[in-house]
Formats: sequence, C-alpha cells, structure tokens
Amino acid sequence: MKIVVDLTRCQGYAQCAFAAPNVFTMRGDEALLYNPDPDDAEREKIVRAAAACPVQAILFDQEDARHRRDGAGAHVVSAGPVEAVERIGRVVVVGASLAGLRAAWTLRSEGFTGSLTVIGDEPDPPYDRPPLSKQALLGQVPARGTALPRRDGVDADWRLGVAATGLDLRGKQVLLADGEQVGFDRLLIATGVRARPWPNEAEAGLDGLFALRTPDDADGLRRRLAAGPGRVLVIGAGFTGSEVASACRDLDVPVTVVERGAAPLVGALGAVVGGVAAQMQRDHGVDLRCGVQVEALEGDGSGRLRRARLSDGSTLDVDVAVAALGSIRNVEWLDGSGLAAGAWGVACDAGCRAVDVNGVVTDDVFVAGDVARFPHPVYDYQYLALEHWGNAVTQGRIAAHNMISPQGERWPHLALPEFWSTQFGTEIKSVGVPTYADQVVIAQGSVPERRFVAAYGYRGRITAAVAFNQSKWLEFYEGLIDRAAPFPPAFRTVDRPTDGHPVAAEVPDRPTQQATVVVTGHGPGERRAAFVRKTYL
Amino acid sequence: MAQTSIWQQILDHSHRADPYPLYAELRKTPVVRTEDGSYVVSTYREIVALLHDPRLSSDVRSLPELGADAPVQASEEAPAGLPPNVIAIDPPEHDRIRRLLTRNFGPPQRPRRVDSMLPDMLEIVTSEINDFASEDRSGTTRVDIVDDFAYPFPVTVICRLLGVPREDEPRFQAMADALIKAVDPTTGGIAERQHRRAEAVADLGRYFAQLLDARRGHPGDDLLSGLVGGDGPETPMSREEVLSNAALLLVAGHETTVNLITNGMLTLLRHPEVLDRLRRGDEPDLAVRVVEELLRFEPPVHFLPNRYTLDDIEVAGTTIPGGSPVTLVLAAGSRDPADVPDPDRFDPDREHNEHLGFGGGVHYCFGAPLARPEARIALTELARRLENPRLVADPPPYRPNPVLRGPRHLLVEIDGVNPVHQHRP
Repeated sequence: MKIVVDLTRCQGYAQCAFAAPNVFTMRGDEALLYNPDPDDAEREKIVRAAAACPVQAILFDQEDARHRRDGAGAHVVSAGPVEAVERIGRVVVVGASLAGLRAAWTLRSEGFTGSLTVIGDEPDPPYDRPPLSKQALLGQVPARGTALPRRDGVDADWRLGVAATGLDLRGKQVLLADGEQVGFDRLLIATGVRARPWPNEAEAGLDGLFALRTPDDADGLRRRLAAGPGRVLVIGAGFTGSEVASACRDLDVPVTVVERGAAPLVGALGAVVGGVAAQMQRDHGVDLRCGVQVEALEGDGSGRLRRARLSDGSTLDVDVAVAALGSIRNVEWLDGSGLAAGAWGVACDAGCRAVDVNGVVTDDVFVAGDVARFPHPVYDYQYLALEHWGNAVTQGRIAAHNMISPQGERWPHLALPEFWSTQFGTEIKSVGVPTYADQVVIAQGSVPERRFVAAYGYRGRITAAVAFNQSKWLEFYEGLIDRAAPFPPAFRTVDRPTDGHPVAAEVPDRPTQQATVVVTGHGPGERRAAFVRKTYL
Repeated sequence: MAQTSIWQQILDHSHRADPYPLYAELRKTPVVRTEDGSYVVSTYREIVALLHDPRLSSDVRSLPELGADAPVQASEEAPAGLPPNVIAIDPPEHDRIRRLLTRNFGPPQRPRRVDSMLPDMLEIVTSEINDFASEDRSGTTRVDIVDDFAYPFPVTVICRLLGVPREDEPRFQAMADALIKAVDPTTGGIAERQHRRAEAVADLGRYFAQLLDARRGHPGDDLLSGLVGGDGPETPMSREEVLSNAALLLVAGHETTVNLITNGMLTLLRHPEVLDRLRRGDEPDLAVRVVEELLRFEPPVHFLPNRYTLDDIEVAGTTIPGGSPVTLVLAAGSRDPADVPDPDRFDPDREHNEHLGFGGGVHYCFGAPLARPEARIALTELARRLENPRLVADPPPYRPNPVLRGPRHLLVEIDGVNPVHQHRP
C-alpha cells in the first residue's frame, strides 16, 4: 500500500511509531521516517497509526467504500449555464506530481465530473520526493517505492511520459512532445522544477556525478553509497545537500560538503542558524568546508570521477559527487505563450490564476507548486516562489477549487510558507520567510542542545521562526507572524534562554526589485508590457 | 454572574452525568473569569492555541503566590518533598524527564514495547470476560463494567509495565484515590490541593522507594528498572524524580483508562447500531475509529486545570493577565460546533477527527499509546462476547471528580458470554 505523511503538519508526537513500529520510526526527538510503500500486511496497524495521529497528517490508499461515498459530491456546483464548465468542462493539468495529483484529487472530490487529463513528462505515476534524499538513500525503501497514495483512484486520463512542449492560449490547446494537442477549458500549470545540472558539460558526464531529483537519481546514488565509496563529495549545502550528507553519515560513508556560502542552509535560514547547522554537521563527522567552491571535477581515463579541485587550491579524492546546486523552473514550454513565465517561475495572483506578460490576470489558466510565484501580503506583496512540499499541496488544492468555483467562492492562497528538513536526527521546521529578516533571536530552548526556536524579525516585526526539534511550539510563532507581532518578542515564556539577544540575521541579500517586465510603446493604444527573460542575479 | 454560575454548575456533582449542555453555554463566552480568579477556556481553536503557547506554564510555582518567592511553598510542607512530576513542570526540565521516561517506553529507543504488550492485553481482557460467566453460565448475569472489568484491566497492564506487584493494588489504591481527589477543583483551593497532592505523591513515593530498594542489584525489564538504570546521554533522573514520576505513571496509567473504557461501553450501549457493527466484526477499522470518537465525544479527562499564565495573553478578545490559573476544558472544545461538524453526534465514521482527548503540545498524554489499544481491545471484546448486554440504569452513578469524569459503577445485564473468537490484538 501507499502512504504519505504531511510532515508540514507533523509535530513529532510519535503516536504512529508506537502503533506501527515496522512502518514509522523516530529519529531523535521529533524526526519521523516512514516506509511510503509498506507491505499490505501492515495495513491494520497503519490504520491505527493514522487514526492516532494528533494532527491527522497520515494519508494512505483508502479502499473502503466509506471514503468513496464521502469523497464524491461533497461540493455541489450550481447548474446554471455559466457554471457548466465548472462541472462538466475539460480540465488539463500539466505536471503529474504532488501539486498536480492533489489538484486532480480535489477536482474530483469537489464534484467535477467533466474530462480531466493529467500530463506528465516522467514515466512514473505521481511520486513523493522527500523520501528520495532520506529513506531511499538509506536503502529503507526502493527509490521507485515512493508513489503517492491515489485516494479513490482519481478518475483521470493520465498521459505519463510525454512532455508538454507548448501552450496556445488563444486556441486553448496544450501541445505535446508526441505532436498531439489537448484542448482545455481550464488549465493548471504544475510543471515544477528540475535539478540544476553541473555547469561544466564535459565534467557533467563523469561517471559518479549525481544530481538528486528523480527516482533514477536516487536509485543510482543509493547503489554507489551502498557500495561503500571512499569519499563522497556534496557540492552545495542547501537542504538537499545537507540531507545527502546526513544519509552518508548514517551509512558511515566519509563525506565532504563544499559550500560557497558561510554556512549550510544559509540561503534559506541565514548564517546564524546556518552556523548551528554547520556545527551539527561537524559533530556528525562531516568534513564541511564553507566559503569554498568546486572549480573542477576530474576523471580517470575511463571517465570515472576521481578528484575534485577546490577554489582554496586543495584537491580531494572522491568516487562520488552530488551536485546539490538548487533548481531550475520548468517554464521553457511556455516560451511565447504570452504568460509571465520566466526563470523565477510563472506569475499568478493570490487565487492561483496565471498572469500574462501585460499583467492581465487570465481566468482559465492556473498555476500551482514549485513553478508558481505569487504575491504574499505578509511579505510586502513580493512574489514568492516556494519549493515546499506543503505549498504544492495547498496551492494545488486551492487552484483546483478555484478552477471550478464561481468568483464569489474562490479561495485565496495566503498561507504562510512552511517547510521541514530531516537531517542528522534533527527535525528542522520553518514557518514564514526566514530570509525576510534583519535580525534573529533565540526565543526558546538551547542552541548547544540543538533544541530551540529562532525568531526572525524585519524592521521590528516577526517574519519567520525556525525550530530545531521544537516543532510543537511553531504554530504559536505562526500566529505572531500572521499578526505582524513586534520583534523581538518581549513576553515571558517557558524555556526562555537567558542570553537571548537579537543579532544580525546574516541572510543573503534579497533579490532587489528587479524589473522582469518593461513597459513598451507610447500611446495608450499601443502600450504593452514585454517580459524580460534575462535577470541580473 | 451568570457565567460563573455555569462553571459552578459544571463543577456541581448533579451535572456530572451530562455536562455537555452546560459546555455549550460555556462556549458562548470562550474565556470566562471565575470567582476564584482563574480563567476557563472552552472553545476548540482557543484551547489548541493555548496548548502550543509558550507563555502558558504547567508549573504551579509560576504563580506569584506559590512561587519560589512566596513565604510558604506547598511542597516544602510535604513529608518527603518529592519534586513535581513531568506534567507539572515546564521545558527544559519537562522535556528532559519526558525523554528519559520515553527511553523506557517507546520510540526511538523502545519502539516495540507497547506493540509487544498487545497479546498480554487481550489475554487479560479475555480472562476477565470469562469470569463474567463463571457464576451462572446459562441465565442472566449482572456485571459491573467498572469494578469487574474497566478498573482491574488497566491496573494489571500498568503494573506489568512498571514492574509493580499486582497484589499490592489494595495498598496503592488509597494513595491513588487521594491523588486524584487533589486534582478535583471542587475539593479545595489551589494551594490546599497542592499540599494534599504532594502528600499523596509522597505516600506513593515511599511505596515505590521500597520497591526500588527490593529490586536493587537485580533489575528487570520493567519501566521502573529502566528509569533507575539511567542509560543514555542525558543526566539520569534523581531517585526523587523517579519516585515522583513512577507515582504519576501508576495513577494516570489506570485512573483515566478506566473512564475511557467505561464511557466507551456506556456510549456503545446508548448507540446499539454501533455496538452491533462492532459485534459483527466485519469492519476491521471500526474499533479504531470508535476509540478516537470516544476520546472526542466522551473523553476520560474533561479539563486541564493546571496551567498558569507567565505573561498577559490575549485569547479571543479577552486578556488573561500574567500570573493567572487557566483551565482548558478539553471536553467542551472537542464538541465546539465552530470546528467540529455535528459535534453532539457520536459518529465513528467521522473524517479528520482531530480531538482534544489527549490534550496537545509538549504535554500530550504520555500514556496515549497505551490507552488506545487498551480501550480498543477492551471494547472490541466486550462487544463481541457479551450476549445481549443492556444498561441497568441510565445514567449510571458518577464518580464525584469533574476532571477525571466517569461512572462509579456501570451495571450491565447480559444473557451470557460468547466463547473466545479468533482475534489478533
């Protein structure tokens, strides 16, 4: 059977690990690892685990009629002619991943009975990515064992293994790589991102160099790790790179992490909390080198990776390297479509409706997941693109709802960003935007014990909070962020550190408000906007 | 004040059988200040927020009049002065004690401990139900679900887990009664109850001290031996901490479960269609959902009375001043129509049951992983083996305690006991 845990909701109560210890295991205080593809024999205990979850975060294949009955017809759309499309039209979802699946499921559960096509360039049915950098690398689950539960089957035409190559907005057609076209009344763009490849094309072909994004990536890397390599080089200490390093240490594989920034996770959490992450890595035996870049990767005569040359002049003998260089948004297929789609994603409004290059909101094209960027009121209406699991789920659901709902019943996507990372037996959770900060303070707990909550502030208000193994407190800080509560927090709490003084957050420079659109023409009649594809970051 | 009188009525024993209409009245004012200056919170969203609010302490010493600066500290008067147990302290001490307790109870170090107890649980339940029939196998029998079943079963389980001799039950029961009476807000003021509580804990502590001494040098696999052993990276518990928390686990390990099982059987007898589904046994997930719905609908713990504000906290437009006692009425929150659809209906088929039966936040019920299978196995076996069970009195007589609420007796007439069926715990 297939299961997935919404780890954004999970607060580490461990009830599932008591109830079904073969499937759910705790690492440290709060970090949960689970088998997403357990044996059917475990079903009874998994049902108990899901029921016992205090935050109801466990989802699995539901076989019994009860759920099918409740799932259908929950949302009754009025049958007027204007709304006909909302119930019986043609919906196309491009992107068969977490956001796309969630959208498809929402459409059906809200009573959409029209035709539903889901297009995905990968051959696999929708699968979950977070386990690929943890359970899959550790060999606890096959890399192809992370398929997402498909509640009630989701009645759709699944066009897997064929990429969308173009969009004809006027003709309402999605063009496919096999030459076919699929017409739509409503379109959801959920094409996500891909791993940024190693920039040197010659070196990128070396045997032993991996990225980590797909089941193939994870499977290849797992085999190499299981073979006991002499040393693994992780290039880039973001979340993926740090989790790979954690898996290496779990497997007792020597690992060097090279990060050009001042600390791991610095791009997401700033250098102060990143410094805590650095110490955590070193305590677990990671050879962490910050402020250093990999200048070249060298192979032997047969094209196998052998050596890395670093910017500090040193060299490193390695058998395996993982390029964890971040991501590239899958927007190329939208070139020339007229949508505001570029390197930063596809712009949409708070209702997930895509925006065209003129800044006009479309009414039939929606965007969700990693590829979407939307204005967030808590962050001065800056456009945020969030590569977070929880955002894919929420935005997929809201976009789907809005696709088939009349104006007055649409939902805004205004939730605060939230994400988690499981590494070195520690559960790191974040709410808000930690890089939107000028100061940070340890609000609760102890940094040396790596059990703490750090609150981030920007111009005197709380904008984010990050917890290391303290996730049960985080929803309190979420409330403070929503209300723009003053920073630093001045109230008395339990477990308040005695030396909790705000310090500079040391977050990377936020992107300055670069123009991505320039206005052209002179008179009102010819005034247009043109999208600027090149950015200056 | 009308609002105060609602709270007084809730505490009044005459409303113990059905406090829910009063809870509905109470929820109209999410935060109520009572006559003794404490604040009562009864709505779902506000309770959830406070359970995760670090400005709320669980340590009575946070109260200015009871704190370290106060002239008389309650625990100092107590005979043995045991430290407060894990539910009455805050992080970081709370987290350390809880981790040490968990080391010997559950994941990550002992993930299979509860799972491995399930066959034992079924065996105890089976034997107790077998005894129902022993008097008169054929005719109508009257059993007390409390005294004959719901009480002895969890006592046996917690004794085995802790390594407490089952035959000592008469000895520790009086102390346990005194301890839970000290939780009952109708029996006295905070300081006075705190004093009684400390005395009861000290009595239990002396009992456990004898057990520990007798075990010195030959520890078993029980939880108590594990606590004394103190492996792991952290500072082990002091002897006093072990005694204090052992007392808590023993008492909390059965005084709440007895109510969950009894409330469960009562609710099933009031909803014969659910009892019948459970009896038929063709819905393998039903018992799981019944237990979760019971935790929402008829929970064993109705309030968390021991929280204290460290600072001013605004809740639903009312500011609770710092230094105030706060009571969270979990049982009212779990039936809040603002967050729970059709809350007064007992509906085991309900989706997304995020009830407050075990509280939430860092103090989430430590024994929940034990209570759930206990209730599930107990109710499944009662449903499947009792022939034509019927209530003798509805409502049954209730125990006085409004916090740990449940029937004192639950007399049920049965036409016999069915033989044991094939069942995996």
